[in-house]
Amino acid sequence: MTNYQNETITKTTVTPLDDTPDWTFDLLGQYQQEIARVADFYRLDTYTNQIEVITAEQMMDAYASVGMPIGYSHWTFGKKFIQTEQTYKRGQMGLAYEIVINSSPCISYLMEENTLTMQALVMAHACYGHNSFFKGNYLFKSWTDASSIIDYLLFAKNYISQCEQKYGISEVESTLDACHALMSHGVDRYKRPQKISLDEELKRQSERAEYLQSQVNALWRTVPKKEQQENEKKYKFPKEPQENILYFIEKNAPLLQPWQREIVRIVRKISQYFYPQKQTQVMNEGWACFWHYTILNHLYDEGLVTDKFMLEFLHSHTNVVAQPEYNSKYYSGINPYALGFNMFIDIRRICEHPTEEDKEYFPEIAGSNWVDTVHFAMENFKDESFISQYLSPKLIRDFKLFHIHDDSDNNYVEIGAIHNEQGYKKVRHNLANQYNLSNLEVNIQIVDANIDGDRALTLRYTPHNGVELGNSKDEVLKHLYYLWHFDVKIIQEDSDGEDKVIACCPQKKEDD
Amino acid sequence: MANFIDRRLNSKNKSTVNRQRFLRRYKNQIKKSVSEAINKRGVTDIDSGESIVIPNKDLSEPTFHQGDGGIKDRVHPGNDQFSTGDRIPRPPKGQGQGAGQGDASDSGEGEDDFTFSISKEEYLNLLFEDLELPNLEKNQLDKLIEYKTVRSGYCAEGVASNIDIVKSLQGSIARRIAMTSSKRKQLKMLEEELLALINDKHDNIKQKRELMAKIESIKEKIAKVPFIDTFDLRFRNYAKQAVPTSKAVMFCLMDVSGSMDQATKEMAKRFYILLYLFLSRTYKNIDVIYIRHHTQAKEVDEHEFFYSQETGGTIASSALELMNDIISERYNDNQWNIYGAQASDGDNWADDSPRCQEILENQILPKSRYFSYIEITQRAHQTLWKHYQQVEESHTNFAMQHIKTVADIYPVFREFFKKNTQSAA
Repeated sequence: MTNYQNETITKTTVTPLDDTPDWTFDLLGQYQQEIARVADFYRLDTYTNQIEVITAEQMMDAYASVGMPIGYSHWTFGKKFIQTEQTYKRGQMGLAYEIVINSSPCISYLMEENTLTMQALVMAHACYGHNSFFKGNYLFKSWTDASSIIDYLLFAKNYISQCEQKYGISEVESTLDACHALMSHGVDRYKRPQKISLDEELKRQSERAEYLQSQVNALWRTVPKKEQQENEKKYKFPKEPQENILYFIEKNAPLLQPWQREIVRIVRKISQYFYPQKQTQVMNEGWACFWHYTILNHLYDEGLVTDKFMLEFLHSHTNVVAQPEYNSKYYSGINPYALGFNMFIDIRRICEHPTEEDKEYFPEIAGSNWVDTVHFAMENFKDESFISQYLSPKLIRDFKLFHIHDDSDNNYVEIGAIHNEQGYKKVRHNLANQYNLSNLEVNIQIVDANIDGDRALTLRYTPHNGVELGNSKDEVLKHLYYLWHFDVKIIQEDSDGEDKVIACCPQKKEDD
Repeated sequence: MANFIDRRLNSKNKSTVNRQRFLRRYKNQIKKSVSEAINKRGVTDIDSGESIVIPNKDLSEPTFHQGDGGIKDRVHPGNDQFSTGDRIPRPPKGQGQGAGQGDASDSGEGEDDFTFSISKEEYLNLLFEDLELPNLEKNQLDKLIEYKTVRSGYCAEGVASNIDIVKSLQGSIARRIAMTSSKRKQLKMLEEELLALINDKHDNIKQKRELMAKIESIKEKIAKVPFIDTFDLRFRNYAKQAVPTSKAVMFCLMDVSGSMDQATKEMAKRFYILLYLFLSRTYKNIDVIYIRHHTQAKEVDEHEFFYSQETGGTIASSALELMNDIISERYNDNQWNIYGAQASDGDNWADDSPRCQEILENQILPKSRYFSYIEITQRAHQTLWKHYQQVEESHTNFAMQHIKTVADIYPVFREFFKKNTQSAA
């Protein structure tokens, strides 16, 4: 049964691999072996792969838990499962062919229903493409710790289920709801974080710290009133605006139970774990598509896969990287697979066959070694910077990108730039901005907690380009109030430069 | 380097807990949806679950996000007609200048409601939550007529087909060990002696021979202990256990005289559906008997029961008599759980009402688990109601309710079967 190993090692025989539609574990092994060899040839550095074969239903489970292999129980996951199941059953949506988890070993799921060709595609895509991205990209390196995430998720699941037993499902659910509402505000954007999970000892230490913190909170209550009045407004707390709302809550909410603090922390940690994925969607998918395309073509050139295999593969591949145009009924924004894949292909083209234009736009990479160049690009960028660095005029022309400027003060929208000489840089700049997380997510920070007075929490919303805060703000504020227990309000500077309260909880009946 | 793991056989329903959480959270909405949907069903159509609709805005998970207004720059692919500086009228989308700040949520435009299916099991659980069959415990035990054979240990006698081989061989080993132990001890001693003699410098031929002969004879004796003996045999033992019968029959009695119009029948039908569904939670097999009556009663099928039109006067006792006859003929009350449900608009020939009371009290109620009467009318009660009220006072397994509109049905049904409130009036 180990014949195939000898075959690949000696590489003398070039009998193509079996291309029957039905896969077996033996065949998967053979393909995996070949893909691994080619990936190694292109210097893809990966975590060990753990490839799990699952059914469609299990795939929906995995979907529902937003890609966490071990998720705690919460109704939103149930809702997602029901939604996925329905769209799948109605045939509105095919399931993704794979899910891959940023962990070490890197877990990828193969769906049982896939043909052998699809499994090979998925292995090249997930087990070598995504996997090497997780290991190499600077954001993942600095924000996540792949080796301990599974342990941490397991800890989280168990901890939350213990809390449910001790304090009741409803209490835990409310706490989680509140945390989820603030989940995207649980990350330090401007500060490099600690590794997501500390080992056991550090965890204990942090628990002690939290205990101490809770004692400190208790002390506040005993501070004599007189002194309080004297000290009023002498100092401001927090000293600087805090963008990490969940962290602030975890450390400073006066009446939170210790277990609630831990839950806040869990949600915060998980939010942090997913933070790099939000910022590298185009790159990550592009990188994976680029490599499944390159690796399988390499195998084809060696004669290891058949024409039949390639036709099926190209059919799926083309579907994945298709970009509908803006007036198509299938259009739903720019397809990150298409953009990312074409950018990496384009980088390779610029390296191998640069035109005069490329030499002008990309003097430092035109004609360089393409493997070095794509690795450098993968390692050191996120979507925003990747696009502003590498989107070439040729690609802008190929995609026929155009920029729309929409100012709500006008009753028209304006075409800001199109795919011509004058427009390239502007299109590129705006497309890059479109992936800038700090433009996409609202800028809301805690500016005052008034700990000496009524402990009212004040948040400041700073609009980006004059965009209003979405109208779910009151609902979110209710959740924040649940965690903070005292008045919370959001202020925003109005056109006269004066702060105006735009939302508060509990709502006051004030008529201005 | 890669490991393949086959997870296909792992537990499938990883999301079950989350699903239960979801149902739990939206119980009230789901319940509402369930009780509305009850109006659309056929009587015995219970194999399906139910489609539940929840308004999408109730399900939203709020986050801080960007709203309207301001300047937005977007890049799109596939330019086919635009040049820089083109101005295009804004697509009509009703964007106001900034959302009203006091409104909690005004985004209710055209969002699809969240629709999903719940299983039959979940559906029935929600529909009949907090309801129970009255008096079930009390009379459960008098009607233990069916038996089922269950294993009950082992015995030393029995028929050959019931031999338990493992137990028998265990017995055999035990017996053989017990019967040969002293001989084995002797044998061991003799063998040690023999060994001593062999190791001895002298020949000791005679002693050796004697010893060897003794050893032989003991070995023979040991071998003679039979491998298996009738004493070893063990037989599987069975016992009969009484089980409550799981068969039920439900009698639907309805007045189809001229005064009952189609709308009234529809209401009665809903009630029967509920009763049927409810019974199906307790009983595996349910027969449904439809009896309709005007001046004469007749057993009919479901369709005829609900949809054929008759005219004439009303003699309710005819239906009760027919029910009683059918019970004696086909449904021995020892083997069947008998439920009756009578629907009427209250019209009855005045002289007949005492007779109804009598049949119920003497014939039907003693055999039935439960008999319910619903009167669907907008008018004042007539004689039948008054006589039935007397029945209700003296019997705990009789209940009556008055229904005026469709909306009353589900509440009335819940009233009938509410837990622990069957105060014997």
